[in-house]
Amino acid sequence: MPPALAYCFAKQNQHTPALAVNGLKAENLTEEFRKVNVLMKVPALKDGSFTLAESIAILLYLVQKFKTPDHWYPADLQKRARVDEYLSWQHTNIRAKGIFPLMPQPLPPEKLELATEELNVALKEFEEKFLQDKPFIAGSEVSLADLVALVELMQPVCAGYALFEERPALAAWRSRVEEAVGKELFLEAHQDIMNVKNLTADQFAPELLESFKQHLLKQN
Amino acid sequence: MRGGSGRSVQSRGSSRRAGRVGMGLELYLDLLSQPCRALYIFARSNNIPFEFKHVELFKDSVLGKKPAAASGAEQPRAGPSNSEGAGKVSLLKKVPALKDGDFTLAECTAILLYLSRKYNTPDHWYPSDIQQRARVDEYLSWHHTNIRANAPKTMWIKVLIPLFTGQPLPSEKLQEVMEGLSTSLKQFEERFLQDKAFIIGSEISLADLVAIVELMQPVGVGCDIFEDRPRLREWRRRVEDAVGKELFFQAHEMILNIKELSNIQIDPQLKEQLAPVLMKMLK
Repeated sequence: MPPALAYCFAKQNQHTPALAVNGLKAENLTEEFRKVNVLMKVPALKDGSFTLAESIAILLYLVQKFKTPDHWYPADLQKRARVDEYLSWQHTNIRAKGIFPLMPQPLPPEKLELATEELNVALKEFEEKFLQDKPFIAGSEVSLADLVALVELMQPVCAGYALFEERPALAAWRSRVEEAVGKELFLEAHQDIMNVKNLTADQFAPELLESFKQHLLKQN
Repeated sequence: MRGGSGRSVQSRGSSRRAGRVGMGLELYLDLLSQPCRALYIFARSNNIPFEFKHVELFKDSVLGKKPAAASGAEQPRAGPSNSEGAGKVSLLKKVPALKDGDFTLAECTAILLYLSRKYNTPDHWYPSDIQQRARVDEYLSWHHTNIRANAPKTMWIKVLIPLFTGQPLPSEKLQEVMEGLSTSLKQFEERFLQDKAFIIGSEISLADLVAIVELMQPVGVGCDIFEDRPRLREWRRRVEDAVGKELFFQAHEMILNIKELSNIQIDPQLKEQLAPVLMKMLK
């Protein structure tokens, strides 16, 4: 989930720009938020008068502004390209396929099955093309690519789809990323989403719920 | 020392010659594809020497089957075989793909960024100013799930589906796609372009390039999205001028003559493979 992602990254690097982290309440529909993020999406970054949306853009901005350790976005041209390659691919592959379990109301079974199938295809591609037998996507050190990937994969996990269970290579990679980020910080960032199964519909702002529903019903 | 080479012996220019395997930059492209056009225009506009490896998506198999394979016994694995290199090159079995010595790369954005860094292209393409740069990143990210969610479908619906399945054009589906595209275009104008000449301000960047090639897809198949949008039309004109009108139209020649695609012979096995995928899109 993008908010967890940015939160994780920002805290790990000891910086706390004003990030909108809570995506489950109606804050993003208030006028205040509107001024910050015209697209009305989380996460949003506000740095003085500069505002920015899109989690990837925000991460890259943080990396450059705060000159974080090289491995997050390596200066080496080819390693950096590997990170870019994953960050680009994930938009329409992992990211698009992971959203289904977040709904408090169950999806119709055919849609759920289809969504699961698509996620499985994406996971296979992730393992075979991006991870292969390297410790991390860009090579020997964790980067933005791994962080983005894992946070997205936590969505279905937190909703009850134990996708790491039958995928030992992915599970091992997950441990490595959590280790690199710091287990505690990782759990902290995922608190909201870990508890997503316990959410009931009334905890969602009605407009958000409706908009999620429309979005999901449209997907395939 | 080779005779006659009084000038600088930069080997880059010579990579244009066919047959220099393993030397110089190779770009695997089919100009029917939007991201390929962005790369083509970017590389040519910046005089980046590369070998153009033509991949024909609809002759070679976009699904990865070698036309030469006689039996359909096993699941096709190899990439497009007209340039067999593309199959081995692109881990994702798609175009565009880059091969630079042993280094291979997929994903248009990644390739554009790699080229801009390696060849030190003018700053405006991907500004060093981090806020300007963030604007480009923001657009490139949003583009995937908005413009790119609908613009490509216009070609599938108006040309490819009828061509591959023999089914008539599904007009409600097209309507739906155009509506989605309209919404994205509105956001594009209001959020990204606004009253500026280009997305990040007074100069063209990768964001404009990636956007324009995508929007030319519906134009090519007869859905002129610029018609009722004067602000977009003006922006398009500026982009064409910035990259060079000749180069722009050269890159778009194929898509603007897409009707001719209807006349090409599609491999019947390819038709068979793609038909179910396309039928899924019809739903």
